[in-house]
Amino acid sequence: MILAIAHKEFRSLFATPSTWLILGGLQFIFAWFFLARLDAFLQVQAQLAQMANAPGATLAVAVPLFGTLALILMMIVPVFTMRLFAEERRNRTLALLMTAPVSGMHIVLGKFFGLMLFLLLIVASCTLMVSSLAAGTQLDTGLLLSNALGLLLLASSYAALGLYISSLTAQPLVAAITAIGALFGLWLLEVSAVDNDFAWRMLAPISHFQSFNVGLLNSVDMVYFIIFIVMLLLLTIRRIHNNRIYG
Amino acid sequence: MGFYHNPQSNYWMSATPLTLSARNLYRSSGQREIIRDVSLELQHGEVLGLLGHNGAGKSTTLQLLAGALLPQSGIIEICGHDLVRQPLQAKAHIGFLPEIPPLYREMRVDDYLIFAARLHRVMPAQIANCLTETKLRCGLQNSGNKIIGTLSKGYQQRVGIAQAIIHQPEVIILDEPTVGLDPSQIRDIRTLIRELGDAHSVILSTHLLNEVASICDRVEIIHHGRLVYGDSSERMQQYGHRPGFIVTLLAPPALAELQAISGVQQVEQLSATQFRILYAADTQPGAGPDPGTLLLGLAAQHGWQAKQLVPLQARLEDVFMQITQGE
Repeated sequence: MILAIAHKEFRSLFATPSTWLILGGLQFIFAWFFLARLDAFLQVQAQLAQMANAPGATLAVAVPLFGTLALILMMIVPVFTMRLFAEERRNRTLALLMTAPVSGMHIVLGKFFGLMLFLLLIVASCTLMVSSLAAGTQLDTGLLLSNALGLLLLASSYAALGLYISSLTAQPLVAAITAIGALFGLWLLEVSAVDNDFAWRMLAPISHFQSFNVGLLNSVDMVYFIIFIVMLLLLTIRRIHNNRIYG
Repeated sequence: MGFYHNPQSNYWMSATPLTLSARNLYRSSGQREIIRDVSLELQHGEVLGLLGHNGAGKSTTLQLLAGALLPQSGIIEICGHDLVRQPLQAKAHIGFLPEIPPLYREMRVDDYLIFAARLHRVMPAQIANCLTETKLRCGLQNSGNKIIGTLSKGYQQRVGIAQAIIHQPEVIILDEPTVGLDPSQIRDIRTLIRELGDAHSVILSTHLLNEVASICDRVEIIHHGRLVYGDSSERMQQYGHRPGFIVTLLAPPALAELQAISGVQQVEQLSATQFRILYAADTQPGAGPDPGTLLLGLAAQHGWQAKQLVPLQARLEDVFMQITQGE
């Protein structure tokens, strides 16, 4: 059941031209940024070669690229999550799911995994682009994978938040703006926090991504992401159940 | 139309299984009661029409029966499964078409129907069969590859019905299935509903009274959230009906002569040649000489030149108004 819903969500994403447009635009931004970083790296490569234990191409090119993608995700994930429930409410299509023999958990997880499959595509395309460096240099595979994993977890947490906000309203645009606002707020927590303000920083997903970004696999960060995602999915399931009670 | 069910007598006698039974449904929104004390039963092979004004609670009742909303109190059983306690088992037997068909406009008809079938747990091996059969039934054979959003309203409604029947549910719930369609589409869809009613059981809401007469076996009238009348649709058409006829006499006699015919209670002149004649309230059809026959006999004797004699039909609108205003 989850699979059927996920499959449908994934297919529906590609039925709208805006999805293709965003995918294309993202590739353009990646490529632009990738080439700019690569150019900068090649210019300083001569000096770097004289240093002992100099940063390699992965650290100089891939890591900033992933960091940028983390920021871009903040803006594009809400664009995709806004449709999930809000549009179904507005178009009155939610009735199909609500009267089908599927539970609220199936509906929410189906939509979540459908979107995650799409976000995986974005993360994978970025990782592939960076992997092309392997043609000319030795890549730090561990760092690359930890970045990809971190990005995926970050995207999941954004998707879960967006999904919950989408389940609260019948207006996709309101859902998108609220989700962007919430994600921006979380990002501000990270940016504005003073160094020793540990508690505030702990709340923001992106500060947990930063350990992955530098190649640090920390179980605290993993647990944070899992709790964040599970909590929001449970809230969404609850909201969908309430839909039957309050109409 | 063929047959009809009288709920009181048939309930105990017939072996037809109950597919849906709802008892004492109640739902309110804030302080306002939307429906109260609604109890319904539906048998296999029966088409039940839920009739009511706008805002009477028809859609809410159907949404409750389909499991889209939860009742605040009351019990709904679908094929023996409690809709609240065993929602997944119960919902597998329901096909629901809401007032606004739940169509994903960007999907192709085939993809949409396959998705609906998978949602309703149709075995993967049977999906292709179900799809072909359902499209055939709903007249969608040539629309499989079209995008739903590009279809006309009538075809979208067909896709909505197809979605509700693709998993061959025992109970089919249709909320105003013919609203906004043109006359030929209405006729097609009514034929389809009649067919579905023979093999499954159908409950549909409507405010079109002739729809009830043409497709429903049984009628429940809902008014201000309560069921106020329930009977076979044939009997409903007889409700409060006084027998009589309209006669055209090209050379009419004085009114008093018509009045004098035995069994005639009231004569009313509609135009120079037309008269409405009502039988006395206690006249039983078939008992004694029929006033109509008497009048035709007299007309032949006296040369009144009887041209046309039309028995009075109860107008469903009047019946409906009588029932809802009586409450």
